[in-house]
Parts: sequence; structure tokens; C-alpha cells
Amino acid sequence: MALVSTSDRVMPVQPAETAILVVDDIVMRFATPEGDVVALDNVSFEVAPGEFLAVIGPSGCGKSTLFNIIGGLQSGYQGRVAVTGETITGPHASIGMVFQEESTFPWRNVVDNVAFPLEIAGVPKGERIERARRFVSMVGLDGFERRYPSELSGGMRQRVSMARTLASEPKIFLMDEPFAALDEQTRLLLGDKVLQIQQQLKQTTLLITHNITEAVQLADRILVMSYRPGRVKRIVDIELPRPRTSEIVSSEAFGRYVAQIWADLREEASRGMIDDEARTLHAQEHRP
Amino acid sequence: MSAAKSTTMSATGFSARRWAPPAIGFGCVVLFLVAVQLLIDIGVINRFIVPLPSEVAASFGRVIVEEDILHRFLQTAWECLAAGILLSVFGIAIGVLMHRVLLLRLACETWVAAFASAPLVLAYPLFLVLFGRSTMTIIMLAFLSGLPPVILKTLEGMSATRRVLINVGRSFNLTPAQQFWKILFPSALPTIFVGIRLGLMFALINVVAVEFLINFGGLGQLINDLAERYDLPGTYAAICFVILVSVVFFAAAERAERWLKSVG
Repeated sequence: MALVSTSDRVMPVQPAETAILVVDDIVMRFATPEGDVVALDNVSFEVAPGEFLAVIGPSGCGKSTLFNIIGGLQSGYQGRVAVTGETITGPHASIGMVFQEESTFPWRNVVDNVAFPLEIAGVPKGERIERARRFVSMVGLDGFERRYPSELSGGMRQRVSMARTLASEPKIFLMDEPFAALDEQTRLLLGDKVLQIQQQLKQTTLLITHNITEAVQLADRILVMSYRPGRVKRIVDIELPRPRTSEIVSSEAFGRYVAQIWADLREEASRGMIDDEARTLHAQEHRP
Repeated sequence: MSAAKSTTMSATGFSARRWAPPAIGFGCVVLFLVAVQLLIDIGVINRFIVPLPSEVAASFGRVIVEEDILHRFLQTAWECLAAGILLSVFGIAIGVLMHRVLLLRLACETWVAAFASAPLVLAYPLFLVLFGRSTMTIIMLAFLSGLPPVILKTLEGMSATRRVLINVGRSFNLTPAQQFWKILFPSALPTIFVGIRLGLMFALINVVAVEFLINFGGLGQLINDLAERYDLPGTYAAICFVILVSVVFFAAAERAERWLKSVG
């Protein structure tokens, strides 16, 4: 049985009927003093409802740019992003974003942080607190409702951010390296939490990450990106059984997926490192 | 038995931790006053320059009864309050405007910073010409002296709002007004209150100084009167009431900050 199935798929321009998210031929250039830099080049893919897609690539491949484009925070790109067939031109109510950096509001306690999108939507106070409590409980923070972010650990704060985004009941849950600042053990345990939630809510999820283990642990498919300009290098279907837990990382199949993806990424990461060193040297040589 | 003992000890420990800092602070003040009393008694400090703390304490009753201290205290407090409200409203508004309009910020920030260190109280003759020997002169001078720190700290607080928090607001499709009231303002609030506290301090100094200089109004005028009568214990007792005004305003500012945080 082939445990690793990969496909070098070129996405159709017309979105498939079942896709909830269509990213179609995205090209993004940034103007720099050294000339235009192409951050993303013809990036196309689709996400089906309830699917968990991870986007993985080396540093500098444009992952965060892609996150901002899909979230509607970045303009000035070519191509199209559509949610349930509707082309988006800015932040969209169907997309909930969880950021890499710590993003809880320090002046609000846990439950008020989570209730924030409901407050913006005009939900009456009693109802929004009750609903917020449900999401606080879902991320495993019962008993911490009245605590402020400064009283919580990094992992707990990131769970508050996730609960806040989930409270807005998005159709697509978009996360940009949400566990990047956490230690490996916390990362694995939070991965379990994400899997639980995704299973419970049947939530379509798009995870941007540079962590292969995390991607294989969580995703149904992994989109591997090339180093600058960021292109879709390969899409890997992860055929590990669900429901999954962090225990799956010790399985043989898991190891094979990790090896397969690392084989794809290694070349890109090396290119990134060489490019980074060259730019550092160039900057040092041209320093006044 | 042992658990009960440990609970009692931990409660005692908590109580000690809570009361120790203010008790030590109060003890330091008492120690300082005792030291001053002793130094005056043995002649190290001239009693015609610094009165005995015991004489100052004894003069409180006389100052309160004979010098209409309550009225003067309220007069100074009212001038401070008026200046405080003006500098908070205008300082925050100007700070927000400078944050929004980059050109305005680039053009004015250095001027505002320079204005903050200017001894504006020396311009009191101009204010006397403009507003007469009145409460208005005192309030306007205090207001303008306390304005720059509020503007600068509002600007600093707004600019220091983390980009990711603004992006969270954008991701929830907040309107510009919601973005301001729900994210920028509460995020900048602690820094804005640093500015308000500094502004209130400058305002109080200027209120008392101008009252003293133009011999008009509340505690500043009383200090002037008592000093001219060479009533040193009374002068120092009146200065204690100025400190009381300061304490009241700082406590009020802290309460206001807590309240605004809770509704943010």
C-alpha cells in the first residue's frame, strides 16, 4: 500500500464546484530598492469544505504573504481568491484568522477577548458571554475566563486567539504558524486540540507552517511551496487514519511522510539559506 | 491541625505582604520628620528657615479654622480639575490628529516637545493682559503647561499599538470608528494616562505658582500670605494641602484609568 501519494497538480482556472476556497493564479510582487521581488508566482489551489490543508515552505517562500492575501489584508496582487464562489477584495466574514504573533487584547480578560467578534456583530451581552464561554471551554480553558492574557502562558494565549476566531463562526479557519513561538511538547498537545476542534466543528482549516511534523500531524493535504518566488511545488495527500492524536508521530507511516516532505523541502530550504547568506554578504560589502 | 496552622500562616503572610509596603512608606515619612525635628532641635538646621515638624502639625488646626482652608482647597482643586479636563480633551484630540495626519506630526512633534520644556509660567503677564487677574488666567496657564505631555504620550501610545492587533481588527471587518475605540484607544490608554498624570502634575504646579504670583485664589495665594506674614509652620501646613490636592487627582486619574480599561 502506497502510504505517500503525491500529485504535481496544476489547478484549473475554473473552481471546482465543491471547493469552498479557490486561490487562482496569484502573483505578488514587492518593489524593493534592488528592483521588483516576485514573492508569489502563479499560486493556485483549492480547499474543499471540511478539509484541513497545510501550506509548508522554507522561510522567504511567501507563506505569510499568501496568508495575508487569503485573509484580505494584502492588496496589489494579480489573480483571484474566492470563498464559496465570491471573489474577495478585503477581509471577509467567512474567513477567520489566527496570527503567528501573540494577538490577544491585553486589556480584556479571556471571556471578553473571545466575545470580541460577537460584540462587534451586536450580539447582546448575556448571549455573547454564554457563547464565548462555550468556545473557551472548547479550547480547554475552563476556569480561566476572568484571567487576563498577562496571567496566561504563551500556549494558553494562543488558544484564546483561536477561540476568539472560532467565536466569529468562520467558514474557513486560517492560521499562520500559530504555534511557532511555542516549545515542541506544547506544540504537539495544541495540535491535538486543533484536531479535536476541527473534528467537532467539521471546520475547513488552512494552516500556514514551516513545521513538517505539525503539517503531517494535522493535515489532509500538504501543499509544498518552493523558495522565492513562491510556487506550488507539490501537493501531498496525507492518508493517515482519523481521528488522529499526537501519538501518531511515532508511527512508521508518519515518519515516511515527514521524510518525503523533507526531501521536497530540503532543496528549497538550502536555496533559501544560500540566498540569505549571499544577501547578508552583499549588504555587509555595501555598508557605508 | 497542621493544615489549619499552615492556612493561618499563609493568611498572615498574605496580610503582611499587603500591608508591609504602605506601612514601610509611612514609617519612612515619620522617620524623616523625626530626623528633621532632631536636627532642628540640636541646631544643625536653622529653625528660622525650616520650622519644627511638631509646630507644623500643631498649626494645622489654626490654618483650617482661621484661613478658610476648605474654600481655598476647593478653589485650587477646581482650577486643577478645569485645567485637567481641558488638557485631557484637547491633548488626546490633538495627539490622535497628529497620529492620523503624518504631515502634521512631522511638522509639529518637535515643536510640541520643545513647548513641553518651556517655563510657560513666566508668560503670566501676557495671560494677565488677555484674561485679567482671574481664575481664567490660572486655568489657561495650567492647561497650556500640561498640554504637551498629553499630546506626546497620546501620539506615542497610538504609534506603539502592535500591528498584529490592528490586523485582528481588520480581519473582523471593523469600521474605522470601531478600530479606534475597540483597539487603538484601549491599547494606547496606559501610555495616555502616563501623559495625563504628567499633565496634571504640570497643571497643579502652575496653578499654585500663578496663584502665588498674582496673589489670587486658592492655596497658592494662602502660601504667599502666610510666607509674607513669616508664618513658617502655617506655610508648610498649606503646602501639605497642595500635596493633598495632588494625591486626590492622582487617585482620581488611577480610578478613571481602571474604569476606562474595564469598559474597553
